[in-house]
Amino acid sequence: MKDFIIPDQGTPARQGAPVTLTIDGQSVTVPAGTSVMRAAKEAGITVPKLCATDMLEPVGSCRMCMVEIAGQRGTPASCTTPVTEGMVVQTQTPKLARLRRGVMELYISDHPLDCLTCAANGDCELQDMAAAVGLREVRYQPGANHFAPRSEGAANPCYIPKDVSNPYFSYDPAKCIVCMRCVRACEEVQGTFALTVEGRGFDARISPAAPDFLSSDCVSCGACVQACPTATLVEKSVEEIGLPERSVVTTCAYCGVGCSFEAQMRGEELVRMVPWKGGEANRGHSCVKGRFAWGYATHKDRILNPMIRDSIDQPWREVSWDEALGFAAGRLNALREQHGKDALGVITSSRCTNEETYLVQKLARAVFGTNNTDTCARVCHSPTGYGLKQTFGTSAGTQNFDSVEEVDLAVVIGANPTDGHPVFASRLRKRLRAGAKLIVIDPRRIDLLETPHMGEAWHLALRPGTNVAVMTAMAHVIVTEGLFDEAFIRARCDWEEWGDYAEFVANPDYAPEAVEALTGVPAATLREAARAYAAAPNGAIYYGLGVTEHSQGSTTVIAIANLAMMTGNIGRPGVGVNPLRGQNNVQGSCDMGSFPHELPGYRHVSDPDTRAIFEAAWGVTLDPEPGLRIPNMLDEAVAGRFKGIYIQGEDILQSDPDTRHVAAGLAAMDCVIVHDLFLNETANYAHVFLPGSTFLEKDGTFTNAERRINRVRRVMAPKNGLADWEVTQALANAMGAGWSYDHPAQIMAEIAATTPGFANVTYNLLDERGSVQWPCNDAAPDGSPVMHVDGFVRGKGRFIRTAYVPTDERTGPRFPLLLTTGRILSQYNVGAQTRRTANTVWHDQDVLEIHPHDAENRGIKTGDWVRLASRSGETSLRAEVTDRVAPGVVYTTFHHPGTQANVVTTDNSDWATNCPEYKVTAVQVAPSNGPSDWQSDYAEQAARARRIEAAE
Amino acid sequence: MKIYVPGDAAARALGADAVAAAVASQAGLRGLDIEIVRNGSRGMIWLEPLVEVDTEAGRIGFGPLEPADVPALFDAPETHPKALGPVEEIPFFKAQTRLTFARVGRIDPLSLADYEAEGGLAGLRRALEMSAEARLDEVLASGLRGRGGAGFPAGIKWKTVAGAKAPQKVVVCNADEGDSGTFADRMLMEGDPFALIEGMAIAGLSVGATQGFVYIRSEYPDAIAVMRAACDAARGAGLLGPALLGNGPAFDIEIRVGAGAYVCGEETSLLNSLEGKRGTVRAKPPLPALQGFMGRPTVVNNVLTLATVPWVFAHGAEAYAAFGVGRSRGTMPFQLAGNIRHGGLFETAFGTTLGDLVEGIGGGTASGRPVKAVQIGGPLGAYFTPADFGMKLGYEECAERDGIVGHAGLVVFDETADMGALARFAMEFCAHESCGMCTPCRIGSTRGVEVIDAMRAGDPEAETLLRDLCEVMTHGSLCALGGFAPYPVLSALNAFPEEFRPPRKEAAE
Repeated sequence: MKDFIIPDQGTPARQGAPVTLTIDGQSVTVPAGTSVMRAAKEAGITVPKLCATDMLEPVGSCRMCMVEIAGQRGTPASCTTPVTEGMVVQTQTPKLARLRRGVMELYISDHPLDCLTCAANGDCELQDMAAAVGLREVRYQPGANHFAPRSEGAANPCYIPKDVSNPYFSYDPAKCIVCMRCVRACEEVQGTFALTVEGRGFDARISPAAPDFLSSDCVSCGACVQACPTATLVEKSVEEIGLPERSVVTTCAYCGVGCSFEAQMRGEELVRMVPWKGGEANRGHSCVKGRFAWGYATHKDRILNPMIRDSIDQPWREVSWDEALGFAAGRLNALREQHGKDALGVITSSRCTNEETYLVQKLARAVFGTNNTDTCARVCHSPTGYGLKQTFGTSAGTQNFDSVEEVDLAVVIGANPTDGHPVFASRLRKRLRAGAKLIVIDPRRIDLLETPHMGEAWHLALRPGTNVAVMTAMAHVIVTEGLFDEAFIRARCDWEEWGDYAEFVANPDYAPEAVEALTGVPAATLREAARAYAAAPNGAIYYGLGVTEHSQGSTTVIAIANLAMMTGNIGRPGVGVNPLRGQNNVQGSCDMGSFPHELPGYRHVSDPDTRAIFEAAWGVTLDPEPGLRIPNMLDEAVAGRFKGIYIQGEDILQSDPDTRHVAAGLAAMDCVIVHDLFLNETANYAHVFLPGSTFLEKDGTFTNAERRINRVRRVMAPKNGLADWEVTQALANAMGAGWSYDHPAQIMAEIAATTPGFANVTYNLLDERGSVQWPCNDAAPDGSPVMHVDGFVRGKGRFIRTAYVPTDERTGPRFPLLLTTGRILSQYNVGAQTRRTANTVWHDQDVLEIHPHDAENRGIKTGDWVRLASRSGETSLRAEVTDRVAPGVVYTTFHHPGTQANVVTTDNSDWATNCPEYKVTAVQVAPSNGPSDWQSDYAEQAARARRIEAAE
Repeated sequence: MKIYVPGDAAARALGADAVAAAVASQAGLRGLDIEIVRNGSRGMIWLEPLVEVDTEAGRIGFGPLEPADVPALFDAPETHPKALGPVEEIPFFKAQTRLTFARVGRIDPLSLADYEAEGGLAGLRRALEMSAEARLDEVLASGLRGRGGAGFPAGIKWKTVAGAKAPQKVVVCNADEGDSGTFADRMLMEGDPFALIEGMAIAGLSVGATQGFVYIRSEYPDAIAVMRAACDAARGAGLLGPALLGNGPAFDIEIRVGAGAYVCGEETSLLNSLEGKRGTVRAKPPLPALQGFMGRPTVVNNVLTLATVPWVFAHGAEAYAAFGVGRSRGTMPFQLAGNIRHGGLFETAFGTTLGDLVEGIGGGTASGRPVKAVQIGGPLGAYFTPADFGMKLGYEECAERDGIVGHAGLVVFDETADMGALARFAMEFCAHESCGMCTPCRIGSTRGVEVIDAMRAGDPEAETLLRDLCEVMTHGSLCALGGFAPYPVLSALNAFPEEFRPPRKEAAE
């Protein structure tokens, strides 16, 4: 970790039998299939190169890496020549030196010599190679070139002006050496195929196959920029600021993939975020959000001073930390005095670190004295925790992301990875291009189904709300056609429960033909898909919120677990049940005891042994009764019994369902403390605003979807003065707690000491290994990439019946369409961050996707304002007519507060965990003139609530 | 009465269609019942359109014929001013050893009956009876080498593909014949398409491939049409399809058309193009024999290589290997073009001297001036001079003199040729056709043109730079396009250095 700069080995690693060869007199042994270039590198010999990089398959284009091999004619490229036993290679001979210099002379003859003013000055591989080969002179006279706008008094037909259309990087064809690393990165790493080469020979030019990058298929993942050896593709931030001087490895704070990045700094200024090759979740890849959308960290909207007000109709007043914390502590103490400890509660954030989350729930339990703690995971993956705990014994996914490299068939249910988990999607697409099959179970035709060059795929376009029927029908096919893995079930699962489940699903009512009318999935397609999953050597299920955010979310998770168990797809690489976590630290916030019924490590508060551990550690007595969930807190607030809340890093007013109810609950409280970067929507109802710090400004850890504990490292001082964990500690101490953490490492030590799955986790271990997947303890000192290898955590895998119960939310004459919601690549959740970046060029408003048939019936065209109404409320937004959604289904995103999609969603929720049913709402859509009354009123209220008193 | 009027594109370009129409109308006027066969060309292009009349004395040739010459054909054939006598007795034809082209010109190209009557399908029938190993040994023993230019032993390539383990293997015929002065592939496809089909079927049988492609350049519309019709006929007759000749393994052929890039004649770019990708060169390894079309083990062979295979199987490897010189076994259809009196296709065993071909067979230049240079092997082949006329034509023999046989096209220039301009053209051609994959070819070819210009303008430093550039292109290029471009440049420079210098100024008065 100390030496995080991982040298480029030139070509990708291979696996194979050892092969020994001699390079420049040195003997080196490498796996068969390894290139001569990589073998040389491993022997400590650097062969000059420009077009090769270990992120990409070699193509042998630049011809800088030529070597001489005894017994072979000519001078083969070392990047494309695999090693053979006994091979004798020379990498430095007078002839090679001459040839390399000759090639470099050609390169430089078509390159502008503006090195001193170039953005890549000091970070340019062309420069490095010119130096390495000792090029001293370019003998070619001025001739045809791509860099001079004019030549001989006329416009140069070869010159293409710089493309600055992308907000984050520029493309300057004048500097391009046509190594095609960008094109290959777009294809091999990202899988978008946005770039190509146009023209041939001297006219060969990199092209986004569109007028410019912004209007092309480019998704701004940054892979091309990272791959570019020159300044042809370069971050605009580097052009503006200059080269970074130091790098710190840290973890992205967007989605649950948990990509590792190098934060490259110039002093206290972040110059760029570059995906770190050592990151085991992302393996050196990134998406537009993590790579580029960090401008919110210094956005002018960011609040840097604490603020208070007596009531929400007043403007905010900026005060000192002491005053704000004193004010908050005073109110909370008074409310507890007057209404009892259970009138208070906290909401932890899946956006903050494990350490911060741990402290917030500790604040509730140890300082407030209540189990009233909940987290945003309530509204996303709580059914995952429940369902997987019941069936497998652990509330977490079973695999690491590397596992995807061994998948033969991937089932993607209720997830849209190319938008929600783009780096994982790229890794999956790579596997699909290698021939893995794909089953998508989703009402919408997601982009994954359009993967270029992929293998066989099935799309089960079900009606929203019928997941359980579809999954149970899949089980029906596997059981009745005898496709289950009996040996696995006998060895690993409870045989009696299996018998019960098999009998249950074999019921003809669950036959694909029987449920077809209900689900809309053709029985033949469903049967084919079920057979394919059962037949795949390695079948893996990946799922997202389209599974959990339903009234039967937990049931679907159980059905998924059942399918994996009955086909033996558990306990080895390439298989498993993989929840795609929405937020960077959903897994962690759940691990850290954020839920009202669980202490850290998923141990129930009623368990006296667990309580004893924490009572000893914290020096308090803990309440054995579970506390309130978010919706219950709001209900209790409306009823006048819940009075004060500390909300860290979550915007429940925008993200939680039934916005009016959330607003009413918040308005009924006497002390709402919002701890956030921005005056978010929830802050409109807050009395205390505590400014938050970004992930760049604090130390800690995030735990991603694969249970990987990644370090978050402070690269700059908090602009608000205090890291979030310090704020929570200060609030606790203002209430008299007496905490004295000096560094998050101490908090992790406390977590490790109290939570068995984290027992061996220390910051030293993380620094040494980069990351580790829990459980990490004496039983698994290196962590656990794959779970349930030798048996399920709970003992025998448990099959549970999955009866389909339709949601209460039904379509009818007044609300004939089903609304389902999701995300888009460029925006993240409520958009608090991404809306404050240039990502808005791709998505500046939420739109409603509607099928041409439904649009035609209503006289709606793309771009029209439409009214979207449900039994709960209504809002207005613009329509986009597309056959990506099925007739009868409409779809929108919830990134923009102006849209207020959650005014429309209902208060239905998962039977087991209360996870809201965001994914199914009966709606009507009609043409409209503009924003609804609610939207106008809301905008007015928000503007009023955001006033800040001018300082005197 | 059978009258043969070639349907070959070269003959058509010289007016064969009008001649055929005249033959038909004259016969109609005279109430004669004749059959017009549009055969392939006999390869004597200076005699085209060469009409043959089937008589009791054999096939009598008339040419070059114009429509106005046709009535006389019916009136008084014996005294026809353009009568050539028995076609196969014409010295240019008689001197040949026609193995690959045995049937071309003799048969109706699309008649399977004609094909079989002239020995067709004997090779495939024999191959079907042989063991897998024996088939591969047969090709190896014949010494047959790739006729596309590289001269790689076909048997070794086939063995590699046969030995690769894969659910699907492929045979690709490279018919992207782009070299200047070459036309043998086209004439074979137009004149005897079943020979190619049979050769591909034997290749498929031998290596375990069931899928075949013929990649034909778009500039060959006639060859494309003939090959398509021939494949349909072969499929209809049960030659191709689920079972070769009704009892062998499956094999079928698809005709694909190129898009005009010279470099797609290079096997890896051809494969990319065939896959629907840009026609750029792939690095080797992996060899196409192991990872070719769509990553499958693939035989990529030239038309002539594959069309020779039936003869090898019908007559045995030994018979084939009996022809030739050194390691160049069998025959080669040499193509004589450029400034030459008797241009055309001349198939003969390797080992013929350059002088015999150019001066003897070809009859020297068309202009009558002395020969100055002969470029062998296409636009990237070396220029040879009359000093080299004693050179035997064979792969190694040409390589020894820094040249290539290539696809065996010979382009002749007389003393008026400007060798500096021709060298410049080689670089210009390379620049125009470079795929852009590798730097030496992508930038080097453009610089090559500029440097030759500088040299011809009198830049004293330019020659060293040109020679250095040629070294970088020769040793640094990814494929033969950039790698061979220096051949014509350096051969011209070495033989005619003065033609790379500015014209000498008239002496001052």
